[in-house]
Amino acid sequence: MRAPDRTLSVLAPASDASIVDASIDVRDLTVTYPNGFTAVYDVSFDLGPSTICALVGVNGSGKSTIFKSIMGFVRPSSGEIRLCGMPVEQALKKNIVAYVPQSEDVDWNFPVLVETVVMMGRYGHMNFLRRPSRTDRYKVDEALERVGLSAYRDRQIGELSGGQKKRVFLARALAQEGRIILLDEPFTGIDVKTESAIIELLRELRASGHLMLVSTHNLGSVPDFCDEVVLLNRTVLAAGPTSEVFTQKNLERAFGGVLRNFELGGRDLHKDDDARRVTVLTDDERPLVFYGDKPGKRDETDADAK
Amino acid sequence: MTELLAELLVPFSYNYMVKAMWVSALVGGVCAFLSCYLMLKGWSLMGDALAHSIVPGVAAAYIIGAPFAIGAFFAGMLASLGMAFVKQHTRLREDAVIGLVFTSFFALGLLMASLWPTSVSIQTIVLGNILAISDEDVVQVVIIAAVSLAVLLLIWKDLMVTFFDENHARSIGINTFALKIVFFTLLSACTVAALQTVGACLVIAMVVTPGATAYLLTDRFGWMIVIAVAFGAVTSFVGAYLSYFLDGATGGVIVTLQTLLFLLAFYFAPKHGVLAARRRGLAPMEAAA
Repeated sequence: MRAPDRTLSVLAPASDASIVDASIDVRDLTVTYPNGFTAVYDVSFDLGPSTICALVGVNGSGKSTIFKSIMGFVRPSSGEIRLCGMPVEQALKKNIVAYVPQSEDVDWNFPVLVETVVMMGRYGHMNFLRRPSRTDRYKVDEALERVGLSAYRDRQIGELSGGQKKRVFLARALAQEGRIILLDEPFTGIDVKTESAIIELLRELRASGHLMLVSTHNLGSVPDFCDEVVLLNRTVLAAGPTSEVFTQKNLERAFGGVLRNFELGGRDLHKDDDARRVTVLTDDERPLVFYGDKPGKRDETDADAK
Repeated sequence: MTELLAELLVPFSYNYMVKAMWVSALVGGVCAFLSCYLMLKGWSLMGDALAHSIVPGVAAAYIIGAPFAIGAFFAGMLASLGMAFVKQHTRLREDAVIGLVFTSFFALGLLMASLWPTSVSIQTIVLGNILAISDEDVVQVVIIAAVSLAVLLLIWKDLMVTFFDENHARSIGINTFALKIVFFTLLSACTVAALQTVGACLVIAMVVTPGATAYLLTDRFGWMIVIAVAFGAVTSFVGAYLSYFLDGATGGVIVTLQTLLFLLAFYFAPKHGVLAARRRGLAPMEAAA
């Protein structure tokens, strides 16, 4: 006789979706809206499991169009998208894709509690009446615990701080158990501490095989936690491992004159023979610092500061 | 004492009054259900536009002797298409287009009803007349309201997700487009039903006020629906009852009751009321003093 083990049942694959390796496969995607505007053309990239990928580009570069295409909101004019080897519609039905919205896109006055929002992540696992089972409740508890919001579960969502608001929707993605998580500007309007906490959570998810696609303006944190980068300006300018793609040259190409660019070095900075220079790239969020030719990592700078 | 009681029970002894009270309660409840969604999306005035746009359809249906619901449905469709057409071909803003189209339809309806006087008067359409509702109309109204209520009970959570976060709704495989079509179909159908009880001018109150009142009283969507439906049904029932004694238009009595409840919630709601906000504002000062 064996006592029923609750933890084991949670760790075991909950649905057939979690057995499949997470992947996003975008091939020759072109999207032309009904008004004739072509938002993106010939976009191709491949992403596999255990990956955090940044989607970087100026406003209007097609980041949100790519998100909308992955979620089946807009149909490709040509090309195709496959998620875990399946067409988009089929993947959505299997709860493979979880979406974390931008804070500005949420109606914070909507009369829902924190736990209700997280429970919405479970709706795809329920029957059409959306009656939560014991498993559903347990997954919600677990997700709230993991993002540290258990004490706030009975609050109306508008009563939370900026960082807590963000974590509500991360908890919903966790409860949904999607293998692919799309995060839309997760770092806007939050403090550095929350940013680190979110990055830590994303790393944990990566370790358990999730694939995350993060659209972000926050250039400075990209080398910290992203394995891959897709640089976008209505088509893919460069895509691949962060160390190869996230270079000053590529970024200047992606952003044109939009970025602030400070180069400090040589005579301006110090009077000795040290030839190294510091380059700061920023679009007014956390700046990206190149020390010599390599992007600086947060861990190093933090360690120095301490 | 017994005389007073007997007096108060008089409306229940008239068949037409009993009918009016129950039909009003049913319609009031369903409209209140819809109001929870409508006012959260900032679409409140859409209900008003719809109610006015269906007037020519109702008038035409009575003139040719067709069921009024069918006429109303066609007029509503035409008005929606008209709005879409005008909007596509001009640079006018949306509110101007809605205002233009629905008043045109309303005027046409009034004109038709005055040129070809039939069993239905202008006053009935504009102000409603639940006390004189015919049995055939009762059947139509009850079917519309009961079906709408059943559908809403089945899909209320899906509608909530769709209205709260459409992207997420899509990502879990909900067909949000179809769901919105269903919602607007129910809204049009219930507007038609409410036309009979409170008239075209006051339909807007039925699909806004109960939801707005409940919104001030709770932060849980499920509870908001329960409170709103209870408010809508009770005010409509009592309103129809009171109109027997007041000899006033039923619609006016119902909507006045709803407004009174709204004002109570506005001032005395435990968390979102004006007084609660004032208390919260004073609390820090008292603590400092």
